[in-house]
Amino acid sequence: MLRRFIYSREGILSMIVLAMFLAVGTISPDFISVSNSISIFNDTSILIMLALGQMLVILTRCIDLSVAANVAFTGMVVAMVNQYFPTLNMFVLMLLALGIGAFLGAINGLFVWLLKVPSIVITLGTMSIYRGATFLLSDGAWVNSHQMSEAFIGLPRYEILSIPVLAWMAIITILLAFWTMKFSVWGRNFYSAGGNPMAAFYSGVNVGKVQFYAFLVSGTLAGLCGYLWVSRFAVAYVDVANGFELQVIAACVIGGVSIVGGLGTVVGCVIGALFIGVVNNALPIIGVSPFWQMAISGLVIIIAVVANASSDKDKARIILRKPEASVGSAPSQSH
Amino acid sequence: MNKAIFSLKKVSKVFPGVKALDGVDLHLYPGQVTALLGENGAGKSTLVKTMTGIYQPDGGDIIFNGKPVQFHSPHDSHALGITAIHQETVLFDDLTVAENIFLGNYPMKKGPMTKYFSIDWSAMVTRSQDILSSINAHMDPNQILRELSIGQKHMVGIARALSVDAKVVILDEPTAALSHHEIHELYELVNTLKQQGKAILFITHKFDEIFALADRYTVFRDGCYVGEGFIKDTNEGQLVEMMVARSIAATYPKKDVEIGETLLEVSNLCHTTEFANISFSLKKGEILGVYGLVGSGRTEVMQALFGTTDHVTGTVKMNGKEVIIHSPKDAIENGIVYVPEERQKQGIVLELPIYQNISLPQMDRLAKHGNLDQESEMSLARQYCERLQVKASCWEEKVMNLSGGNQQKVVIAKWLATNPKVIILDEPTKGIDIGSKAAVHEFMSELVDSGLAVIMVSSELPEIMGMSDRILVMNEGLIVSELSRADATPEKVVSLATGGHVTC
Repeated sequence: MLRRFIYSREGILSMIVLAMFLAVGTISPDFISVSNSISIFNDTSILIMLALGQMLVILTRCIDLSVAANVAFTGMVVAMVNQYFPTLNMFVLMLLALGIGAFLGAINGLFVWLLKVPSIVITLGTMSIYRGATFLLSDGAWVNSHQMSEAFIGLPRYEILSIPVLAWMAIITILLAFWTMKFSVWGRNFYSAGGNPMAAFYSGVNVGKVQFYAFLVSGTLAGLCGYLWVSRFAVAYVDVANGFELQVIAACVIGGVSIVGGLGTVVGCVIGALFIGVVNNALPIIGVSPFWQMAISGLVIIIAVVANASSDKDKARIILRKPEASVGSAPSQSH
Repeated sequence: MNKAIFSLKKVSKVFPGVKALDGVDLHLYPGQVTALLGENGAGKSTLVKTMTGIYQPDGGDIIFNGKPVQFHSPHDSHALGITAIHQETVLFDDLTVAENIFLGNYPMKKGPMTKYFSIDWSAMVTRSQDILSSINAHMDPNQILRELSIGQKHMVGIARALSVDAKVVILDEPTAALSHHEIHELYELVNTLKQQGKAILFITHKFDEIFALADRYTVFRDGCYVGEGFIKDTNEGQLVEMMVARSIAATYPKKDVEIGETLLEVSNLCHTTEFANISFSLKKGEILGVYGLVGSGRTEVMQALFGTTDHVTGTVKMNGKEVIIHSPKDAIENGIVYVPEERQKQGIVLELPIYQNISLPQMDRLAKHGNLDQESEMSLARQYCERLQVKASCWEEKVMNLSGGNQQKVVIAKWLATNPKVIILDEPTKGIDIGSKAAVHEFMSELVDSGLAVIMVSSELPEIMGMSDRILVMNEGLIVSELSRADATPEKVVSLATGGHVTC
């Protein structure tokens, strides 16, 4: 079991992330302390959650470019609600964030499902619309930390077992995603609908509906992350998370989610996000300009894709396992 | 009589496991139309590809104008003036008529520099006009192709084929997609080409076209040359006999199975454009053969039964009770499954393990409150893959790691695992070598023996004749005849399917 993991894509990638982590530790020992590790994970939490949502979408042969705009819009709404109704219960506010995110995701999903419009076109459009709506809503104004309630800012920072709630949310999302994708019919459908839509259709899977669910989940998680983002940075403005959708997609691709659909695991996706998180955190420590981070992520994406492509090529088909394995061996039993 | 301009002598072409052409002869004469006849799988398409340089023959000679020639690529045959018009011509919807005609072969300006990169647009338009008017097609060369009708597009395809100085023109089932009026125009065109002295090879399934147009015929069967002659010396019955004659019963493992009560009753199934008035019944233990040419609507009817087609009216009864089928899911729940023709493409998810492919159509049945039960998935896979002898190291193996034959078995295992009552097999032996075909047929016999009912859609006549208890013959979206095993003769079936009348 362990050996299989080590040789899998996820295994190799996690060892690369670990090696990077330790290498930076030799330069700056503080980097590999427990508290810093938690802080890196906490930093990466939003990316992990969004990448898991995006993974479902990519599995079904679609793409969601509107996640970052969804984060900005939902973040702005909850920040403004908090500004005008500071006493509103945080639980209600979170439900509101989830609901708005789900609604925006459902719009994408319905277009893809019912109108059969390519998702890249739909989400390119909604990306601008959601971002524009954020501007119209706020009139370009910021919601700053002093306009937010204490509970609003404090919740993600509240520590349980010395781990912040933000990180706990990522952990719960990962566990839920892992369980869903492995053990539920619902999760399996994402793989079959994306792996071979035609075969899935003939087997009674409603491929369009599965794609709708993918967008719904991606949007819901984006809504949650919208609150978490503005709370964590204690500010809401139009350009929140601008361009972040590309990092989200990058995390998926680095984590081995096939851009043509049907292939990808929760573990791989999380490690892909952690890779970006570790690079982001390590660069300032070893004295490299953070602007290199984009270039490094880009390079890793290309390496990951090339590695995937060549490993697919090498894949030997088991044609001659046994002499009688060739086609034509007749079914012998009668029943 | 003049001499043949283009001849094939003892040409062979071998594919792994199949001899597609086995020493065939063919002669084409200037100013004459030669019809090539043969069933599906007789080797007609392979022949066209050999003539146009897409395939290189493994033996025999190709003779052009009395000299042996070799085609290393389509370009070589094109350069000699051999051109083919296919059933579905590949054209570009967003280019103009003239651009489509000269694509890849644009007339260039004459200057010392400009001849490499400057297209002579005005020459292109005038020459397009000349070609179009020579085939009586009246359209503007500057029109975008998308705006034309299917028949007009076809004319552009023909104009494209004639834009080179064609000496040999191959028409591969050119009328398949045309309306009645357009077919008439095509006839005129063929006569024009004839008068221009071009040698024409005409491939079609329709006898009325052969007798209306052709001067000569050549018949192939199973990749072998059967005979040739003049159309005026022959008749339909004689040609059909040449196409199908062979011993059939000998090679088919048809079992005597007791036929039970009626299981499936289809009445008056109609679709706006694909088929109409489809009524038939199917009994337990029966193999119902459905024969028809490609495009006769047979696959469309089966897909409608499986719930993949919209706008279908009519009733379907299972065990006397009416069932409503709007999606494959409904069909599966009612015990009807459809094994599609493209089994790899439409049947399996390569990225998923074997056992997950097996459970795919019935995950809801296997799951408890939406949670998958891996144990029951595995046992189902074990049971059916062992029954079909799928060779794999374990059932967690991804399907993409299996050989093609084993992938096909996984598809069939998947459907059998749903425990169906009616199984529809679309072209069950297409793309399978001869040894495996026998295994598939034996397996069909076993299926009906175990109480299933089988609908077998096939364009292979021997298979239909050899395996069916009853045969439905389809032509142009209608069931033209229902024959019992005793009544059916190959001649009758082919004649009905091609729109002819039964004379024998």
